[in-house]
Amino acid sequence: MNTHHIGTPANRKDGREKVTGKAKYAAEYFAPDLVYGFVVNSAIAKGRITGIDLSEAQQLPGVLHIFTHENRPGYTWLDSHYQDEDSPPGSPFRPLYNNQITFSMQPIALVVAESFELARYAGMLVKVTYEEEPQETDFEKNLIHAYEPPNYKSSPPPKPWGNPEEAMAHAPVKLEQAYSHPAEHHNPMEMHAATVIYGQDGKLTVYDKIQGVQNSQKYLSHAFGIPLQDVHVVSEYVGGGFGSGLRPQYQLFLAVLAARELKRSVRLMLTRQQMFSFGHRPKTVQRFALGATQDGKLQALEQNAFAETSRFEDYSEDVVIWPGVLYACDNVKLTHKLVGLDVYTPLDMRAPGGTTGIYALECAIDEMAYQVGMDPMEFRLKNYSEKDYNKDKPFSSKELREAYRQGAARFGWEKRNPAPRSMKEGHQLIGWGVAQGAWEAKQQEAAAKAVLTPEGKLTVSSATADIGTGTYTVMAQIAAETLGLPLEDVTFKLGDSTLPKSPLEGGSWTVSSVGSAVKAVCEQVQEQLLKLAQKLENSPFSNAKREDLTFSGGRLFVTQAPAQSVSLAEVLAQAKGSPLEVEASLKPAKEQQNYSPYAHSATFVEVQVDEDLGTIKVTRIVSAIAGGRIINPKTARSQILGGAVWGIGVALEEHSVMDSRVGRFMTHDLDKYHVPVNADVQQIEVIFVEEHDAIVNPLGAKGLGEIGIVSVAPAIANAVFHATGKRVRELPITLDKLL
Amino acid sequence: MRPFTYSQAADVEAAVREVSTDGARFIAGGTNLLDLMKIDVLRPSHLVDITQIAHRSIDQTGEGGLLLGALVTNADTAYHPQVEQRYPLLSHAILAGATAQLRNMATDGGNLLQRTRCYYFYDTHTPCNKREPGSGCSAIKGYNRDLAILGTSESCIATHPSDMCVALAALEATVHVTGKAGERTIPFQDFHRLPGDTPHLDANLQPDEIITAIELPSKGFSQHYAYLKLRDRASYAFALVSVAAALELDGDTIKDIRVALGGVAHKPWRLPEAEALLKGQEATPATFQKLAKAYLQGARGYGHNDFKIELAQRAIVRALLQAKERKTTA
Repeated sequence: MNTHHIGTPANRKDGREKVTGKAKYAAEYFAPDLVYGFVVNSAIAKGRITGIDLSEAQQLPGVLHIFTHENRPGYTWLDSHYQDEDSPPGSPFRPLYNNQITFSMQPIALVVAESFELARYAGMLVKVTYEEEPQETDFEKNLIHAYEPPNYKSSPPPKPWGNPEEAMAHAPVKLEQAYSHPAEHHNPMEMHAATVIYGQDGKLTVYDKIQGVQNSQKYLSHAFGIPLQDVHVVSEYVGGGFGSGLRPQYQLFLAVLAARELKRSVRLMLTRQQMFSFGHRPKTVQRFALGATQDGKLQALEQNAFAETSRFEDYSEDVVIWPGVLYACDNVKLTHKLVGLDVYTPLDMRAPGGTTGIYALECAIDEMAYQVGMDPMEFRLKNYSEKDYNKDKPFSSKELREAYRQGAARFGWEKRNPAPRSMKEGHQLIGWGVAQGAWEAKQQEAAAKAVLTPEGKLTVSSATADIGTGTYTVMAQIAAETLGLPLEDVTFKLGDSTLPKSPLEGGSWTVSSVGSAVKAVCEQVQEQLLKLAQKLENSPFSNAKREDLTFSGGRLFVTQAPAQSVSLAEVLAQAKGSPLEVEASLKPAKEQQNYSPYAHSATFVEVQVDEDLGTIKVTRIVSAIAGGRIINPKTARSQILGGAVWGIGVALEEHSVMDSRVGRFMTHDLDKYHVPVNADVQQIEVIFVEEHDAIVNPLGAKGLGEIGIVSVAPAIANAVFHATGKRVRELPITLDKLL
Repeated sequence: MRPFTYSQAADVEAAVREVSTDGARFIAGGTNLLDLMKIDVLRPSHLVDITQIAHRSIDQTGEGGLLLGALVTNADTAYHPQVEQRYPLLSHAILAGATAQLRNMATDGGNLLQRTRCYYFYDTHTPCNKREPGSGCSAIKGYNRDLAILGTSESCIATHPSDMCVALAALEATVHVTGKAGERTIPFQDFHRLPGDTPHLDANLQPDEIITAIELPSKGFSQHYAYLKLRDRASYAFALVSVAAALELDGDTIKDIRVALGGVAHKPWRLPEAEALLKGQEATPATFQKLAKAYLQGARGYGHNDFKIELAQRAIVRALLQAKERKTTA
């Protein structure tokens, strides 16, 4: 019996449920008294509602109620009651609070009816009149009003170090450029939905699309003044999150509002178009100034970032921390300002701040490499950071050099002709580009519970989520490995607010945080098993400590004396029929504070650009990742592949286009908002380099959800430059920009 | 979606009769109509399902051409041996559009009648003359990357979204229709309209008329053809510019030439008088360039779509070169 699971490419535990349709998502739960909601959204971006005529809609048989700001029940008024674990500083949006319109497509009414179709039809009959005010949604026009927020949601920009002004003035080679990244929307496959089952006792069971059930639970408890134990939030499957489910969205609030008022079960699912009515990756403009010596040593770097936020919350991301993480530069100045617009508050989207910040940094660095006439990879290696300059701390581990070595070898980088526009096949200009990336490998406090039955079946649980990343599978692998069990004897439960406390599923910290808690709780089960084993007659463990033991193949033994092993079944028999049950919570070790933990990536890209038509094809991507210990190479690879595909979208396709005359994102469906399709995706190779890290967390593993995306778009942009000799500094790079 | 009544027509006569009530519309594949109904852009009060009537086959015509029944699906058309062999341009154009799933549902008649994908046409909160005559055009001064540069008007700059129609225009197909007044045929070039001041009308079709078939003439340009579609991703995107190019060559001399553009106007764009000037000339890039220039003369950009004027010219030249150099596999 092989019970070594960590590092093996186990299939997804939830794979069968998903492909057979058995896996239930938030909008797929049913109750006999279920009714359906449909949201009416504002036609204008700013102003106030002067009237809502519900008469025609209400007359339709089967329409139960239409909630508006005029007839809603009383609300709690403190901002803190609407804040959640991912709230930026400010005053969170409250649906149907008053007649003020603060962003386009703001929810202004909720129709509840006996069918979804009827609710949607009634929504069409709701007549709203407005008094419009001019909205400001033009980012460029409002750059002059950019401000430093009193509090950053992200870490505040690192303080300057060295003497950037002087170093810049004296640098022999200088570069000044600005890079623009558009607003983007997450567009997970599953639209946001909540099904609220109204219990006979008035208690609620809420199936929500969310990346953290306890976040929704606390939010509802605060916003509606319900005791925590009276709201049970469940989210066993999430059809893609990417950050869109970090904050409870308005469908949750409105569905619960309706269920409580009508004392009935309510389902509310947003349409694809409505998925463009809330959080998004903010539009960001970054101005860079770089100074270097003739031989390519960075001497000074200045990065000034400007990013969009709403009028009611100061959303910010870690856009400007990347020079200090990725480059050895002694003179650096970083600023990060916000541009307030009449839009909904932006929202964390896969590698928030990293996707935008590393894109711009890695393009600026590439430009500097060309300016000093160096190979862009050599330039990066020459300025390789051996510490985190922002915090002046060593990295917990950093095998990025090895990632470069293996990635370049696999890609064939040494065959590259350095001159732009030098490689061609027929009409296709061929370009090779490189970029590097990093993402923080954070560990958060998390708890887990383990129950081991007398039959040797283990169930481990924590209130985390599996947003498609493989949580169900890797947690089971960690638990099975720790206790030496076959994988099929281990079940992991998640997505239920009654389970042990877990942080939000985001920030690439789930394996690190929940995985470490799973390991810790299974180690406590080991302790209990040891105690039981010591009760055995002639126990070989009488003087053993847990650290002396090995759990493997369904047996335990003193590591030094494998011959005297005992089966777990024998040990469990000592428990006399009762299961072992342990719950444990784990905090990051203090020692971590002396280090800076990051995962790293080196990405190599080949593009083909049609010399006349400007069409771009990403023909090859090699992404080499230093991500610590890889728990499951299969799900890990999928994460990096997904990041690479999204990187293609970031570089070439995704764009939430704002029409600032109406204050609305006009590309609000999947016909007009492009994400990569199969035909866009050609060859992608993933390499994981060996990286040992005893600091980052007890598993030595780093999260992989975000490191896969950050360096892809800049590598593509750099490859497009190499192919064409044309530097496009505004994403997405569409064919018109290359004509 | 607003409530509507539904009936199934047994034959063309019944279909014509049933569609003649106020607010009635035909439904075949429904791939465009249902989307538009869900978002309240189209509000038919009655749907006449025509999927049970005849016109579901592809047949030879007496003139050596092919008659595509209006209810044949796009997929069945594209993969029909006669179409693949004799009209490969049409096959390629169809397969450049939509997805396999959509092509399996969408019918040939419906393809002709699909609506524009203009951002504002799809958003009932913004003015649009095509959706609501007289309300104004949001696109002219708004976001217009996908929109028209040729044949536009003060009231509309929408494009016709079809790929299939671009090939049909190049092949000079004929549309067969039946209405209360009887049967008639419409040359493809006259089927779709320019927006003028009536952008709500896409086609020269009476409200009671039904498309029964699309007739392909005998000449299919099966030796030298190309459908070049330029878009913002490799599949499942509407054309920024597309070109259906067809050549008949005698050595390097042009005997006949057809060029139709998609993604640039309210209808597939043809300029037969410019094509005619090329007959007898050498099929060279310079010749193609001349034609490209002629096609785009008078084109007007609206900001975001300015690039289409240059792109379309380059695309015409490229497509003609591809058509010329095509190695036909026997």
